Amino acid sequence: MPFEIDYHALGPEIVLAVTLMAVITVDLLVPRSLKYLTAITAVVGTTAAFVPLITLALHDDPVRSMFDGSYVADEFALVMKALFLAAAYLVILMSFDYIDSERFYQGEYYFLLVASTLGAVVMTSARDLIILFIGLELVSGPLFLLAGWRKGSVKSNEASLKFFLLGVLSAAILLYGMSFLYGLTGSVTFEGIREAAISGDQGPAFTMAILFVMVGFAFKISAVPFHFWAPDTYEGAPTPVTAYLSVSSKAAGFVGLLLVTYLAFPDAANVWGPALWILAALTMTVGNLTALRQTNIVRLLAYSSVAQAGFMLIPFAIAGVSDTPDQLESAFGATVTYIVIYAFMNLGAFAVVIAVSRITRSGLIDSWSGLGARATGLAVLGSIFFLSLAGIPPLAGWFAKFVVFSAAISTLNVWTTSLAAIAAVNAVIAFYYYARVVKAMWFDPAPTTAEREALPIVPRTLQYALAITVAYVLAAGFFPQLSSFFGDASRMIAAGN
Amino acid sequence: MDWFDSGWGLSLIVFLPLVGALLVGLAPKANEDLVKQVALLTTVVVAVLSVVAAFQFDYASSAELQLGTDLSWIPSIGSNYHIGIDGISLPLLVLSAVVTVLAIIYSWNHWEEPKNPKAFLILILLLETGMNGTFVALDLVLFFIFFELVLLPMYFMIGIWGDKSPYTVKVGRFELETETRLYASIKFFLFTLFGSAFMLLSFLALSFEAGTFDILELIQLGSTGAFTGTFAQLVFAGMFLGFAVKVPMWPLHTWLPDAHTAAPTVGSVLLAAILLKLGSYGFIRIALPILPEQARAWAPVIAVLAAIGIIYGSLACLAQTDMKRLIAFSSVGHMGFVMLGIASLTDVGINAAIIGMVAHGVITGMLFFLAGSMHHRYHTRDMARLGGNMKLMPKMGAILAFIAMASLGLPGLAGFWGEFWSLIGAYNPLNGLNVSLFRGTMVAGAIGTVLTAGYMLWMLQRVNLGEPNAEWEGHDLPDADRFELAAWAPLLVATVAIGVFPRIITEATNGAVVELVAKAFGS
Repeated sequence: MPFEIDYHALGPEIVLAVTLMAVITVDLLVPRSLKYLTAITAVVGTTAAFVPLITLALHDDPVRSMFDGSYVADEFALVMKALFLAAAYLVILMSFDYIDSERFYQGEYYFLLVASTLGAVVMTSARDLIILFIGLELVSGPLFLLAGWRKGSVKSNEASLKFFLLGVLSAAILLYGMSFLYGLTGSVTFEGIREAAISGDQGPAFTMAILFVMVGFAFKISAVPFHFWAPDTYEGAPTPVTAYLSVSSKAAGFVGLLLVTYLAFPDAANVWGPALWILAALTMTVGNLTALRQTNIVRLLAYSSVAQAGFMLIPFAIAGVSDTPDQLESAFGATVTYIVIYAFMNLGAFAVVIAVSRITRSGLIDSWSGLGARATGLAVLGSIFFLSLAGIPPLAGWFAKFVVFSAAISTLNVWTTSLAAIAAVNAVIAFYYYARVVKAMWFDPAPTTAEREALPIVPRTLQYALAITVAYVLAAGFFPQLSSFFGDASRMIAAGN
Repeated sequence: MDWFDSGWGLSLIVFLPLVGALLVGLAPKANEDLVKQVALLTTVVVAVLSVVAAFQFDYASSAELQLGTDLSWIPSIGSNYHIGIDGISLPLLVLSAVVTVLAIIYSWNHWEEPKNPKAFLILILLLETGMNGTFVALDLVLFFIFFELVLLPMYFMIGIWGDKSPYTVKVGRFELETETRLYASIKFFLFTLFGSAFMLLSFLALSFEAGTFDILELIQLGSTGAFTGTFAQLVFAGMFLGFAVKVPMWPLHTWLPDAHTAAPTVGSVLLAAILLKLGSYGFIRIALPILPEQARAWAPVIAVLAAIGIIYGSLACLAQTDMKRLIAFSSVGHMGFVMLGIASLTDVGINAAIIGMVAHGVITGMLFFLAGSMHHRYHTRDMARLGGNMKLMPKMGAILAFIAMASLGLPGLAGFWGEFWSLIGAYNPLNGLNVSLFRGTMVAGAIGTVLTAGYMLWMLQRVNLGEPNAEWEGHDLPDADRFELAAWAPLLVATVAIGVFPRIITEATNGAVVELVAKAFGS
């Protein structure tokens, strides 16, 4: 077989790999006072990785297949690569001052962050189980370390250990399921599994294999009941890492789930459809109800991100229980659109949390009291992101909810309407806890001790991150085409290429 | 004025306030005068544009959607920026644009704690975009966005400038000490959000069935009976939840007394005058014409709930000691008449609903202005402590007496027509509806008018008449100032004008309503 390598199609991965080396080299060469150069290298690298991405997107035939169809750069891959790069770029901007001021190891930090991003970027192109697994582990591995980056903090150690143990467990389950799939179908490519599954006998072992793979990814996206690691890890990890975990790592899990469900077992929808239906309903409801009781802002966002994952699962579940090719396609687009919007608003929310914690020196929601009077700009931004997460028009989040509802109601039967109704009730519950943060900022009086203090300035890089995310959340709210463009571009893949 | 007629006029009416909000946001906070002037100028221009729209409007074909445009907005879901007005939306659009100006004039030097005119004005302007947009939107997604857009500004208005008195939430054994404004603001938001989440699901289901979000196309499909069966039933149920919470209809009304009472004066005025209308407007614009068959099926339910609302609202008013809360509950009753008119599914009834909406906007808006101004002076709304207001503040007392008369439906003033015609509509509902049931609701409505007169007169007696309470001796109680009078004069004029010439409204509405009823219910 011809083993030609299409270097253009691998452009983003190559640039990221070079960036990795560059970061670690710079770290070796420069003295401590110049360590910030590693961050600049990382920023330049992630930005440069956009260049091949854009040339690929503008190319006449953007679908490029390599290694016997195991590695594909198509519209979906390009869209998700762009998202992962943008998320990495924003997280680096958010980390810059945080890592610098706490005197953490900078070179390694950015090295690991870019490595994790490289894993996510690889995953988007994976069209067989092995590459998918390698990509997923490359996403998670560096994060086990990054979660424990606050070495002196017990919570951070706990975060790292918990994440590691459950991460490894989920990887084992995933790998177990994958090995079954290979054993049953004799193929590791999605295409091969799909064909074998159609022609061959789909016994209970096949069902079990699918469920194992599902559970493996359910850990990654922190779906209930596989979410227990998330709040503790989110709280203990350095906040920029938490932002990365809640966006890129989760999105990577969804990429894996999208690829296997839609490409490898679209014909087994009767297996994963009901499973994901239950998972979606549970994840939304438990995530939201638990979020109601949180007093710590990061834990609140952790449970909120659990609940948001539930919303992202809805289109899967609906596609599974309705099983017409048309539904599969639009459901695919809905999930991708949701992830894109979620990425920007959640990163924005975390950027605000980082900026505010510089003022309050506390993680409690109560410490946000009266922020509207003390730091009006941050309070306005915070309100925008939190209300966008709640899905209130005209902020971008409304369209995310909209596409999910619209996927949910696209076929009418008992399963779809009941899930849509559960989602509607959950949207209302979710508003309550997002509004609690908004209430604290604007309605509650500032603590009397805090009034006289001079406020620390929001660092420049954090300002950039805030500006980018808020611009997207506002623009995509009024012109949702900005987001649905990505969803539409990527849904081609589910059309059954 | 081609540019105006081709959609620019309406677009400016909708989005100029948003631009104004941005400008106010950019103005320095210290320069309070500049902030106020920019806001006032914006709303005045918008109000003038809305009046221009009323003149450009072709009354001979008021059933046509006019002055609009239809541009691509979100091609991926097939949603368009489709706007336009007909005779039904025109009066409400003008009402909304004018009341906003009055709200800003009134606010000019009546800032409630914690002041901050800049933030308050930004919220008013955002609110105006939402309100005006809802009345011109002809696309379900666009309608939904504007319908929801009003929530945030009102939430912040109630939460920041609202009533700061302590409040205890009791649910079973669970108790929580909080403040009235906090409780009222979140309750307002959650109720409305709950309704509108299901409304959105209905919109989506409808569009999947029909393949479009365009309201006019959906009406066309609906009138040919495209939506039937369980599907239509569920869709109507979802819309009903969304609109009925907003109206609000009994038993979904419980957010209203809390929100209206806790809101700052201007917030209460805008809530009562415009925001409540979004729900009843939704029934007339969307629910009835798109799902006529379901409208027939649901009409008795709506009529009974409306009748209960009328009686319940009036009885609740009779039990109030707080003047503002009394006015808030009176809205439940008055909106009951509006919904009764709509439920009759006749042209008389729907005309009654629209004129009732405008009249309620003018009259209850005015009542809330008065309640606010009096609270500002007496620092209490407890009617047991008020009294002899006529002697202490003759101007304000006279206006209160006048507007209370209008509110109880005195013939010759604006409140009369809506109640009267909606009772006529209920007496003679659409062919095929249960006549005896509707006549029963009519009797209930008629009893309601008596009760309305009862509580309004009782309020007048307690607040206006008699000797002033001894505790007010030596207090400085200035009568209405010129900002207040300037803000109120147009409302008072409108009360008389609509009362004497209801044609001001029906001239616009009648053609559109007759067409709507003919198309949907074929009579």
